[in-house]
Amino acid sequence: METYKLTVNGQPREVTVDPGTPLLWVLREELKMTGTKYGCGIAACGACTVHLGGVATRSCVVPVSLVGSRPVLTIEAMAEDPVGRAVQDAWVSHDVVQCGYCQSGQIMSAVALLKSTPKPTDVNIEESMGGNLCRCGTYVRIREAIKAASQQLK
Amino acid sequence: MRASSLMLRGMSVILVACGAWSALTLAGAARQDASQKSKAGASTRAGGLAAWQQVYSVLTHPRCINCHTATNYPQQGDDRHRHFANVVRGPAGKGVPALQCVTCHQEANADSTGVPGAHNWYLAPLSMKWQDLNDKILSSAEVCRAITDRSKNNNLDGAGLLKHHEEEPLVLWAFQPSRRIDGNLRTLPPLTHEQFVEVTRQWVAAGTPCPQNP
Repeated sequence: METYKLTVNGQPREVTVDPGTPLLWVLREELKMTGTKYGCGIAACGACTVHLGGVATRSCVVPVSLVGSRPVLTIEAMAEDPVGRAVQDAWVSHDVVQCGYCQSGQIMSAVALLKSTPKPTDVNIEESMGGNLCRCGTYVRIREAIKAASQQLK
Repeated sequence: MRASSLMLRGMSVILVACGAWSALTLAGAARQDASQKSKAGASTRAGGLAAWQQVYSVLTHPRCINCHTATNYPQQGDDRHRHFANVVRGPAGKGVPALQCVTCHQEANADSTGVPGAHNWYLAPLSMKWQDLNDKILSSAEVCRAITDRSKNNNLDGAGLLKHHEEEPLVLWAFQPSRRIDGNLRTLPPLTHEQFVEVTRQWVAAGTPCPQNP
């Protein structure tokens, strides 16, 4: 067991865990931040996406020992983020969510895309969101909501 | 009788000693000769080509060639299948905004989760593709021509290529690829890193010769 000092959503946090513990389980089990979801556990579905040092990151495969000093942003902080707020508003107005399990990861990826590419094309959206799976098949609404958020942010 | 016996015994000792010395000297000379021949051979075209074939055997191992694709995506595994999770190349070979290489690949191997990692994980540029669009590995001559073409290889001369093989983190990773998610070790290239650097050195010393077609 080792102790790690993390910055999560702007707050300093300290956890004592096995170095190999994935960031996802540090968030969910140690810090009780359950907005970030466990989907596949192998980075294949995107449900566990957070931002690590500003980069959309699959928290299920990143051991806490490799986080370092990079700040962690999770879905819990998105309402306070201008782009995150716009995406969440668009998600509501487009009634994107069906079962909702994958949506926190979808939103984290959408925010990363819009911060890098404010006016994404369909190809930009399909490529960037291609690693986020939705078993309910809400992909069309996700794409429309991203475009709406992009419009709102201009 | 006793004196002559002692003399004979003494001569025998001297003869044995001389024989042993000669044998040692000859053996040493042979090793030195072989070493010199090896060095001399490496600096000839034939020696350089032989060294290149060793280099090629490493470059075309899955640990290396999986990120030297001709396609819009990297490969993974010893069967060189398409990388999962719909990963794409992106404009700089580092993926796209929400799905970058570093979305999963960190600065070091993640042994607990099986994700390989090293500094600046990325896909080699298309100019450094070592396979065709059907995933068929290019010939030794084709790879050699590409890797020695300074308009394609980031303007590296022989010394630059050697340095790349010696120091580039992703090259070094190929020789320490750690474990897969199933816990099994990833397979290694056919040479150790030290051997890889040595054959690269020999190939460079010979003037980076390339095989004729094909």
